[in-house]
Amino acid sequence: MSSCHRDSVESNLLPNPSIAPPRAAHDRPIIVAIVGPPNSGKSTLFNRLTGLRQKVANFPGVTVEHRMGKAKLKDQHEVFLVDLPGVYSLHPRAEDEQVTHDVLKGERPDFPKPDAVILILDATNLGRHLVLAAPILSLGLPILILLNMADDLAARGGKVDVSALAAELNCPVTLISATKGIGIESIQQFLLGTAVRLNAPPPRIELPVLQDVPKCRQWAAKLGIRASYKAPAPPLWTRRLDAIFLHPVAGPLIFLTIVIAVFQSIFSWAQPIMNGVQHFILGSGLWMKSVLPDTPWRSLLIDGVWSGVGSVVVFLPQILLLFLFIGILEDSGYLARAALIADRTMAKIGLQGKSFIPLLSAYACAVPAIMATRVIENKRDRTATIMIAPLMTCSARLPVYTLVIAAFVPNIPVLGHFLSLPAATMLSLYVLGFLAAITIARVLRSTVLRSGRSSFMLEMPPYRWPTWQSLALRLIDRARVFLRRAGTVIFSVAVVLWVLAHLPIHNGKTPPIEHSYAGMVGKTIEPAIKPLGFNWKIGIGLITSLAAREVIVGTLGTIYGIEGDEPSEGLQQAVHHDLSPAGAVALLIFFAFAMQCFSTLAVVKRETGGWKWPIFQFSYMLALAYCGSWVAFHLTNYFLG
Amino acid sequence: MGRTKRAANRGPVSTPLTLADLRSGQRCVLDRLDVPEDTARRLMELGFLPGNEVIPARRAPGGGARVFRVDGSEVALRNDTAKHIHVRRDPESDLVVLP
Repeated sequence: MSSCHRDSVESNLLPNPSIAPPRAAHDRPIIVAIVGPPNSGKSTLFNRLTGLRQKVANFPGVTVEHRMGKAKLKDQHEVFLVDLPGVYSLHPRAEDEQVTHDVLKGERPDFPKPDAVILILDATNLGRHLVLAAPILSLGLPILILLNMADDLAARGGKVDVSALAAELNCPVTLISATKGIGIESIQQFLLGTAVRLNAPPPRIELPVLQDVPKCRQWAAKLGIRASYKAPAPPLWTRRLDAIFLHPVAGPLIFLTIVIAVFQSIFSWAQPIMNGVQHFILGSGLWMKSVLPDTPWRSLLIDGVWSGVGSVVVFLPQILLLFLFIGILEDSGYLARAALIADRTMAKIGLQGKSFIPLLSAYACAVPAIMATRVIENKRDRTATIMIAPLMTCSARLPVYTLVIAAFVPNIPVLGHFLSLPAATMLSLYVLGFLAAITIARVLRSTVLRSGRSSFMLEMPPYRWPTWQSLALRLIDRARVFLRRAGTVIFSVAVVLWVLAHLPIHNGKTPPIEHSYAGMVGKTIEPAIKPLGFNWKIGIGLITSLAAREVIVGTLGTIYGIEGDEPSEGLQQAVHHDLSPAGAVALLIFFAFAMQCFSTLAVVKRETGGWKWPIFQFSYMLALAYCGSWVAFHLTNYFLG
Repeated sequence: MGRTKRAANRGPVSTPLTLADLRSGQRCVLDRLDVPEDTARRLMELGFLPGNEVIPARRAPGGGARVFRVDGSEVALRNDTAKHIHVRRDPESDLVVLP
């Protein structure tokens, strides 16, 4: 390994861009990497520089995500910015650090070596953050060092002599505030310089041995003294807020209130918007029906595609609302406190506080939740969290629950005005998923994922106001992912199902649904699902919902639509006609436990690096679902006589 | 416990004292990390370096973990990690009033 004294850097040096012959700017895209420790404001800066011209991507073969974006500069110049994972050092130990290390050294075959680096550090915590400057400077790339949160530093009485620091490090250093937009011009100037290949790597300076953390820290401390760094006063507001949010009594109460408020608002606030979307989809479907000629194509478009995709798009408002809350909690710094409060409880089921964040996101969708498990360094903790995340009631289960509950559970009060029977049923399904998750976690942690001491180390960032820009970008990103899925997976399933439901053609006429290919598939699996109280139509739904849970609603819509019933309320009646009450309970239990989601399986495979865990996950969840709904079916039959 | 306290008052070095033994606001100097290498490195990156001052602050509600002020930031650790971090009392100062 390189002990990065001055000589070892030599081999890694790019041909000095300032002496290289000037080339056209569009020759090869110019790439500038943004590096920084966690909580240094890296992403805020990235958002400010790229705006909406960005996308999230994954390095193939590893779990680490990075974002690429384009920064538009003066005179038609542009550079690509890559936002690398937050790291404290380049010591390749965790996967994200390995990726950052490899990209910066130009050792990833799938990613070109960056032309320059922007190192962003928290100016209010400079002593510790400057440690990262050592490995970054040793790369020998053109570099700009940004000291972020200049406003915070000044407000809390801290100081730093930027030009002295620049002289010590032999490279440009600027004070900025990424949230307030202070000092952005100097970054753009640096990017422009890189775009026209004017920036040269800084002359090398003496650096400490990078493996030696105490030495590096001493080096950073010395730099701080030479740059007359005066650390700011402690963040008083953060301490005051922590006195409330981490109070032995008030803390957990606030925590519970926040969690409940988030759920309550997802259900009650999102409902009007969702109704609006639903009306729009139904209305536009009817309108298309009235203007288009009566051909099979019209049926494909309206019964197949429009109702299939529409039944899923309805859930967009709810998902976005949940991500809005998670975004606010995360950007404000509260999520770290929530993890700390949750740690003790999570420890009891063999997990840790950091698992709380992914598991909370899993209530919206397991896919981002599983990606969020990256904050957990311990591999076994992380795998256990991934394994149970899909048991949390994700929003894709909602359409199924809503449909079945509306069809079977009478709207009578349980607790006066507070809780009606349908709401209580919904709530108990959430509780059921949660209980299943903690049971499985305990089982896994004491068997296949047993490990000794697991540690929990979490930096508590100061509280900050979330910015609208960053929240909006998050939501747009989520909406894109969701709509892409609706437009691809769900669209294809809808089309394939429609085709299978209309073939084989007999004497120029489409067959009744039970004699179609789709019907035949349903009839084939009927013996296997009959013990659970499901008939062949539900069977078709179970198969199509392997792609994504919510697809079953669209599928049933398609099947009954083909049978000639009107959609919407007709769907509830049709389901009521096809399922016994016991079968309905069994169906709810099946959906609570089964792993019906290609996207989740794909992301689990990617995050665990192989097929072993996704196959295990799919199997245990299917077994749980089958046994659970069998028991539920027979118990309900027994009690209902 | 009483013995430990007396010994701690007598001199900064002689007593085996860990982060888990301290009261909130009791300044101390980090001595030695008795944890696996990987954990030690991560702790050092977070500021838990031998020679650095550490102040135990708020406990997590319900216990189990605690926030420590170290090297300009606040980091939460579980007690079972804290009890492997050896410290000595800061000879010059004692309790700090925590805001």
